[in-house]
Amino acid sequence: MSETIKQFLYLNRKAPYGTIYAWESLEVVLIGAAFDQDVSLAFVDDGVYQLTKGQDTAGIGMKNFSPTYAALGDYEVKKIFVEKESLEERGLSLDDLQHLVWEDEDDDYAEKDSIKLVSRDEMAAIMDGADVVFSF
Amino acid sequence: MSTLHTVNKSPFEKTSLDACLAHATAGSNVLLIEDGVYAATKGTAVEQRVKQALDSVKLYVLGPDLVARGLSDDRVIDGISVVDYAGFVDLAAENDKVQAWL
Amino acid sequence: MKFAIQVNEGPYQHQASDSAYFFTKAALEKGHEIFRVFFYHDGVNNSTNLTTPPQDDRNIVERWAELAEQHNLDMVVCVAAAQRRGIVDEGEAKRNGKDATNIREPFRISGLGQLVEAAIQSDRLVVFGD
Repeated sequence: MSETIKQFLYLNRKAPYGTIYAWESLEVVLIGAAFDQDVSLAFVDDGVYQLTKGQDTAGIGMKNFSPTYAALGDYEVKKIFVEKESLEERGLSLDDLQHLVWEDEDDDYAEKDSIKLVSRDEMAAIMDGADVVFSF
Repeated sequence: MSTLHTVNKSPFEKTSLDACLAHATAGSNVLLIEDGVYAATKGTAVEQRVKQALDSVKLYVLGPDLVARGLSDDRVIDGISVVDYAGFVDLAAENDKVQAWL
Repeated sequence: MKFAIQVNEGPYQHQASDSAYFFTKAALEKGHEIFRVFFYHDGVNNSTNLTTPPQDDRNIVERWAELAEQHNLDMVVCVAAAQRRGIVDEGEAKRNGKDATNIREPFRISGLGQLVEAAIQSDRLVVFGD
């Protein structure tokens, strides 16, 4: 069996908590990390709400899964693309999102930013380059 | 890479079609299924946007979903091709990947 | 060509499962291989044998099961999603102390890795959802 590495793109377009899609898609990302594929996450449209900081679900009785995004770096998920236009349309900027990092073993474990802000055109090119797109 | 995008939402309720068309690169294929088929009909508020999209992408609509909703082929905007499920499979096979705008 | 199919919605509430079924059937009729059908989110509800639709309606669960039996399809229900929604096979019933099972064979419960593997091994992943 050929062990070709595929470009996986997880497409996140839905806000958290109102529906379970965001949480259960994050579960796929965590499991999928063990398969050594070339993984990228795309946050577009309401998907950008998944990454906001300061989420507190105590009052709605649900599990706050937002800290899990901060663990993605430990799973070697380093490419998290957030669409600038989607943020701006929602009155958000990068400062409203969690600061997600990964440790670069080849650079004395320096912490590097996982989130990359990209324009809509850049996001379109990223989608174009994917071999497989997971939608939830 | 060539992509088949699928859109299954009415353009009057959700922004999926807009999001898809804003990201589908020139030469992409877009297939409207389920409630997405309403975007393929003439005389709607989104007709101009759909016609503009035809300049850069190829649009298809799933026939069985049209017929189920009481929409005949002659209601479909010129330039949009009607396909059946076999045609959907062909499109999925001919393109390098399928991207669903859920 | 090898296809992997992902179904994100349950039966009847949303058309996704119907669309996935007709796509799968058409792909098989064209001689393509279906590597796996993976049921995720509320899609796991497509596998319960307790479904009893009115006689004049389609039986979505049976329809999937019959297609799988005819074509030897691998139909996998995500274990984490199934546990949340009460889809149970014998192994799960034992593990979690439940006194009943409700999965319609040949649906089988397995991990999310089966979805990722299907995406790797197949030429195309086609997702149906809301």
